[in-house]
Amino acid sequence: MTTVLKADSISKQYIIEHQKTPGYKTLAESLAALSARVFNRIRTPFSSSSTSAAEEFWALQDINFEIKQGDKVGIIGSNGAGKSTLLKILSRITAPTTGRVGVNGRIASLLEVGTGFHPELTGRENIFLNGAILGMSKRDIQSRFDEIVAFSEIERFLDTPVKRYSSGMYVRLAFSVAAHLEPDIFIVDEVLAVGDLAFQKKCLGKMDDVGKSGRTLLFVSHNNSAIKSLCSRGIYLKGGMIAAEGEVTDVVDRYLSNTYHGEYESLVDLERLKECDAAGFRIDSIEVCNLSRPDRQLCSGDDIQFRVNYEFTGSNPSPALIFSIKNSYGVEVCRISNLPFSGVDLELKPRGAIELTIPSLPLTKGIYYVDVGYAHQRVERYFTVEALIRLDIGGADVYGSGFEIDESRGLVWMAHNWNSV
Amino acid sequence: MKENLSQEKFDLVISADKSFGNAARELFEFRELFYILAWRDFKVRYKQTIIGALWALLRPLLTMVIFTVIFGKIAGLPSPGDAPYAIMVFAAMLPWYFFSSSFQEGSNALVASANMISKVYFPRIIVPVSSLFVNFVDFLISCGVLALIMVFYQFSPSENIIYLPLFVILLALFTVALSLWMSALNVQYRDVRYVVPFIVQLGLYVSPVGFASSVVANDWRVLYSLNPMVGVIDGFRWCVIGGDISFYWPGLWLSLVITAFLLVTGCLFFLKTERKFADVI
Repeated sequence: MTTVLKADSISKQYIIEHQKTPGYKTLAESLAALSARVFNRIRTPFSSSSTSAAEEFWALQDINFEIKQGDKVGIIGSNGAGKSTLLKILSRITAPTTGRVGVNGRIASLLEVGTGFHPELTGRENIFLNGAILGMSKRDIQSRFDEIVAFSEIERFLDTPVKRYSSGMYVRLAFSVAAHLEPDIFIVDEVLAVGDLAFQKKCLGKMDDVGKSGRTLLFVSHNNSAIKSLCSRGIYLKGGMIAAEGEVTDVVDRYLSNTYHGEYESLVDLERLKECDAAGFRIDSIEVCNLSRPDRQLCSGDDIQFRVNYEFTGSNPSPALIFSIKNSYGVEVCRISNLPFSGVDLELKPRGAIELTIPSLPLTKGIYYVDVGYAHQRVERYFTVEALIRLDIGGADVYGSGFEIDESRGLVWMAHNWNSV
Repeated sequence: MKENLSQEKFDLVISADKSFGNAARELFEFRELFYILAWRDFKVRYKQTIIGALWALLRPLLTMVIFTVIFGKIAGLPSPGDAPYAIMVFAAMLPWYFFSSSFQEGSNALVASANMISKVYFPRIIVPVSSLFVNFVDFLISCGVLALIMVFYQFSPSENIIYLPLFVILLALFTVALSLWMSALNVQYRDVRYVVPFIVQLGLYVSPVGFASSVVANDWRVLYSLNPMVGVIDGFRWCVIGGDISFYWPGLWLSLVITAFLLVTGCLFFLKTERKFADVI
């Protein structure tokens, strides 16, 4: 197997500028600050301006890896681990500060679909425009035009300006163009969360084809099951460095054990947990437990429990905790709050825990995110932390009929009876 | 590791800097993008306007009328040779409108394509340069208008007209040079957005668009020619109106030298900063 991509100790540094002086309130203040800044610039040009402090930040440090032809590599890591920076370097959008990457073959990257689409142009025209921007020649596009159109399912609207498209049509067309690039190395960043479920399936299928045809695939996603099913190798980035590399299941497991609380595939984002602190109420930790089958992945039909450990120093006569469960398209499947919806008063102690139990989980297989909020009922919402908890719900034969009920069979399952009368 | 990578053979090496040769090769690979982006700009240019491409005729035509009235009739400035004042003005209007429109669009082109630049790779230089093409179409339309005006005045062009393409090239190079500088600066310093319209507005009065450059006193002529547009506009007039105009050669040489200087430094500056565009845009 030949090497198609080799990263040789690449690092990327960003300079973050902090403004020392906080926001100006009046025009006079801004003008005074401005004149000081301009004066300093004139006196000492090219030095970093004195009103702001520059801080060095290494988004990536000393990354080395080698990818052989036909490898399907999943890149995982929590937010800010450097995944996007790495992809940007590999796709040449930004240059590494030090180090080199050797590439054999044509790279195409799909960091966001629909880049360069012009709203005034028709679907047909945008296929050519977008194709050219992504590096396809006019001849390539012409030869694949029918395929692209068929894949996107927008034949009827081919000569309509894309500004009149629905967002679903827009995304479908955009993905179709990108999916027909046929490069040697394909870099994909979380584009699977586009379109409806049927189209997502189609995209996954297309990516699978890419792998099967012997092309090299680099795939970044938060969807661990997609990574496991598409990729053979994994790279786990942590704090800008490679924390683990190898067989994809090993790497994903390593990532999960590093990030997740407990052994369940349920993640509490520890960075965002720090934001759960307002009006004297602070969440120290959240545990997600499977009461039906301890230490196992959460599945449809299991009894599950969220345990919120907190500290409380404020006052709140009617405290409300809000759990909003959303699916991976951001659709709110269910909102649970003790007040006012559940009608349950909770007493907050200086230090304590609140348990929320959901018997017989009605969610079908898939990834869900839970927003957690804290409020004074109907008076003030103190904080809402979006996607604080990630639930990776496994499928289960909830009806006892031999069928695993997954997301393609509905968002929720519900206990029911059939009678012939 | 270092030796390893250089020993092995790779099609492409991504590193902190890019050589001039690589840049040129890449530009060739992406040559179709020039055409596609120009075609896009052309397609969307007059969308949702009532009179459409007529704007390409109206703008220079109306300016010419106003300049002819103000400079020719009211101020009573002389027209060199025996050419009608309107023709003299319009011959200058052609390069001036091409320059001002391309320069304004070119300077803003990178920032306007920020989304593309932070998401896909292609040689960035294509963006400001391709905005010239759509204005070149307008330029050709205006050339047709000039021909009609000359028919109307029954004024036949001089034989110098065969040299016109050379001045068009000089004009295009100067426009590219300034656009490269300003578009690259604009990525980092948005002050450029305010500077460019100011340059264009001022330039219209500083350049000999509404009047012949011969009205400038001889002592000042060298200084005046530091503006490369002076050489370009004089050249256009010389080609269209003819040999009666005494051609001011030092002005043309200055124009050439300054354009070459701006073009080379502009390219170097652009290539040097290009790799950071995605980080700061």
